[in-house]
Amino acid sequence: MFDVAIIGAGVVGGMIARKLSGYDLSICLVEKESDVAMGATKANSAIIHAGFDAVPGSLKAKLNVRGSVMMETVARELGVKYRRNGSMVLAFNDEEKVTLETLLERGEKNGVEGLRIIDSDELHQLEPRIADEVKYALLAPTGAIICPYELAIAAVGNAMDNGCELKTEFNVKSISDKGDHYLISDGKNEISARFVVNCAGVHSDDIAALVGDSSFTVTPRRGEYMLVDKEFGCVVDHTLFRVPSKMGKGILVSPTVDGNLLLGPTSEDIEDKSDVSTTASGLDTILTSVYETIKNPPSRSVITSFCGLRSTPDTGDFVINIPADRFVNAAGIESPGLSSSPAIAEYVAELLCDAGLVMEKKENYNPIREPSHKFREMSPEEKNRFIAENPAYGRYICRCEEVSEGEIISAIHTNPPARDLDAVKRRTRSGMGRCQGGFCSPSIVSILSRELGIPFEKVTKNGEGSIINFERTK
Amino acid sequence: MIKADLAIIGAGPAGMSAAVAARKKGIESILLLDRNPFLGGILEQCIHNGFGLHKFKEELTGPEYAYKYSKQVEELGIEYKLGTMVLDVTPDKTVTAVNERDGVFSVQAKAVILAMGCRERSRGALNISGTRPAGIFTAGTAQKYVNIDGYLPGKKVVILGSGDIGLIMARRMTLEGSKVEAVCELMPYSGGLTRNIVQCLDDFGIPLLLSHTVTKIHGDKRVTGVTICEVDDNRRPIPGKERYIECDTLLLSVGLIPENELSKKASVTLDPITSGAVVNGNRETTVPGIFACGNVLHVHDLVDFVSDEAEIAGNAAADYIMGKNVQSSKRIKLSAGFGVRYTVPQIVDAAEDTKVFFRVTDVFRKAKILVKDGDRTVLSLKREHCAPGEMESVLLKKTDIESIAGDNIDILLEVEE
Repeated sequence: MFDVAIIGAGVVGGMIARKLSGYDLSICLVEKESDVAMGATKANSAIIHAGFDAVPGSLKAKLNVRGSVMMETVARELGVKYRRNGSMVLAFNDEEKVTLETLLERGEKNGVEGLRIIDSDELHQLEPRIADEVKYALLAPTGAIICPYELAIAAVGNAMDNGCELKTEFNVKSISDKGDHYLISDGKNEISARFVVNCAGVHSDDIAALVGDSSFTVTPRRGEYMLVDKEFGCVVDHTLFRVPSKMGKGILVSPTVDGNLLLGPTSEDIEDKSDVSTTASGLDTILTSVYETIKNPPSRSVITSFCGLRSTPDTGDFVINIPADRFVNAAGIESPGLSSSPAIAEYVAELLCDAGLVMEKKENYNPIREPSHKFREMSPEEKNRFIAENPAYGRYICRCEEVSEGEIISAIHTNPPARDLDAVKRRTRSGMGRCQGGFCSPSIVSILSRELGIPFEKVTKNGEGSIINFERTK
Repeated sequence: MIKADLAIIGAGPAGMSAAVAARKKGIESILLLDRNPFLGGILEQCIHNGFGLHKFKEELTGPEYAYKYSKQVEELGIEYKLGTMVLDVTPDKTVTAVNERDGVFSVQAKAVILAMGCRERSRGALNISGTRPAGIFTAGTAQKYVNIDGYLPGKKVVILGSGDIGLIMARRMTLEGSKVEAVCELMPYSGGLTRNIVQCLDDFGIPLLLSHTVTKIHGDKRVTGVTICEVDDNRRPIPGKERYIECDTLLLSVGLIPENELSKKASVTLDPITSGAVVNGNRETTVPGIFACGNVLHVHDLVDFVSDEAEIAGNAAADYIMGKNVQSSKRIKLSAGFGVRYTVPQIVDAAEDTKVFFRVTDVFRKAKILVKDGDRTVLSLKREHCAPGEMESVLLKKTDIESIAGDNIDILLEVEE
């Protein structure tokens, strides 16, 4: 019997698990995929929004601004890369400037610091690659960038280090209220928990419905992205937004904390909650917009494209409430969900307390997680001490991102453990570079096979069904 | 800091051949570095035959061809470090690398030869829409799984791109019991060698669909199929010409990209067409004492030519180290004219006879290769057939180069019809 079961191991679930692991509670985080951070968390704009978009008074506004303030500390504790690069919303004409003024006003009401509208001279001085046609920009110096899956993995890892249990490939099918606890089943296995938190992302309405809450629905809103080679990561320094519409914040151009350039997302409501395919028209839409935003976009150096699904609730705001006894929703968390995630965790903890959960601070709670990128940032002398102790750190496996076997082995044995090729990739960046795993993936499959004690042909890309090799050759 | 006269980055066919040439010229202190745990580079996974016909007048497999050189590397006592990843090369020729024995270390060299080879273009670079399941491999990755690791990465296969590795893998997968449904080629002609089309596709009844591409990938966890489509003259898919092919694997053989990240760190000027360094006849880059050869310089069709080119670089590096570089003051830029995509070298001088390699832009029949100095024809050679997949060359004699009036010559094709 767990005190709390958290459904969904994205960044929200991870942050909640970490928050609750600071208390004397037994916690179980359940995830339907083979790894954490597999939904919207691994495919979004990787932005910590300043907080000027949300309507004042909304949960989004409150939690975004609070989360954005908390994030720097959270990132430091979790050893996650974070950079306050500032953001700009670009206006091409006076009509769009009116929108900038609205955003400025909203931002000030929401308590965002340092916002101001700058003119063409200043914005081009700050970002020479912005197209000449851009006339004004709303500058938000508190905007930042982060790696969202790194954040979620670190949050879950830290929660696990503090006693939280993680169950992957557990696809919740039923939740029954047994009076003083819930019985959660995936059809094969069951877990019991006195309290349940629903942060199932795009499926959070389906999970809520299992306890009789049909007060909201979540629509998957597709967002496609393109990622550009690190050679062009410095094309812009700020995150550049177009003026927002009711479908979202438009197609942005942004550096990533790992030094790439990110383009996207598109915005399209779809029906299938599992459809993360990219489309030819979507990719065209991105490039068309980017060609308007910046001069000479490096469109020929795209190394990959991908798609994520925003969990868009029909309520217009995050759905964070107590719809049933001992059951808390953290549902419909679309943008700015990543930015808000530490604040959502704090708020959910308050709601659990309100719902009757007794929460006592854990004495030996450790909020610190060793950075997974520690080795790569060492000086040559420090690296050599490391290599002398463990020669695997001297064996480089991924040439494009310069990842050693030592880091890969560590990812396989550190919470939350990597069990497949994509999980290793998200933790170490091996395979994320310009060759996209062409050279390193056979070596990583071999390392996974050895470290997990499973046959080479049983190693998967991302869990059951995603086999890489069928059988031994004859 | 280790000191070496010559540091060579990459111990594939180019690096080994350059090392052997330099040693034979008398350079004692050579350090050959490679990230693989063996000498030979990508040849080790090319277990098919067809290597060495020009160089050794015999038909060898990749490992056999590599052995011709690795044997010499051993016999000549050339020092090498394997499992060693080079992290940086500076313009003053300091090479920084890492391995499990030495940790991170630096080599101060008098000359450096860049021989890092190339990588395969990946799915992301093509922007093929659809899902991102397991079962999408570059042809070379699949080749590694099959030939080195001994595992079968696909049973029902579609191949996009008719580059040589794709063609070789079509045959390999078939021989391993897989079914290759089709090879799609975006262009109206194949980028591979004619002999590979005959021996790898025709002999096995595998259809080559020219002017076709893959427009969508299907499958959630593993590939379940691809949508292919005929393309128009501008290489855009023609609506209504889509076709779904059920398969579990998509192999990509859509081009090779010279791996010049280290060259950029060394401030070497790159040619936007070859994606390799700009070099003179000695294969010396724009940074004095840094040379380049093999697929890092430009993508070759045959390894035999890689070896030849690496010998030029190895010899020239040796001369450079010994202060014997004879450079004529006459430097002439080669310009690619009609029908010619690029030339290597891009610059020649009148010090010696220079063989110029180039690729054509399209399939041409009954063409003439012309070397022109303004309106004057310096050289004219007939070709019955030339194709982008097969490298062409012309020999510029020292006297030809001396006869040039200006500082630029054009290499171009003249086609009868």
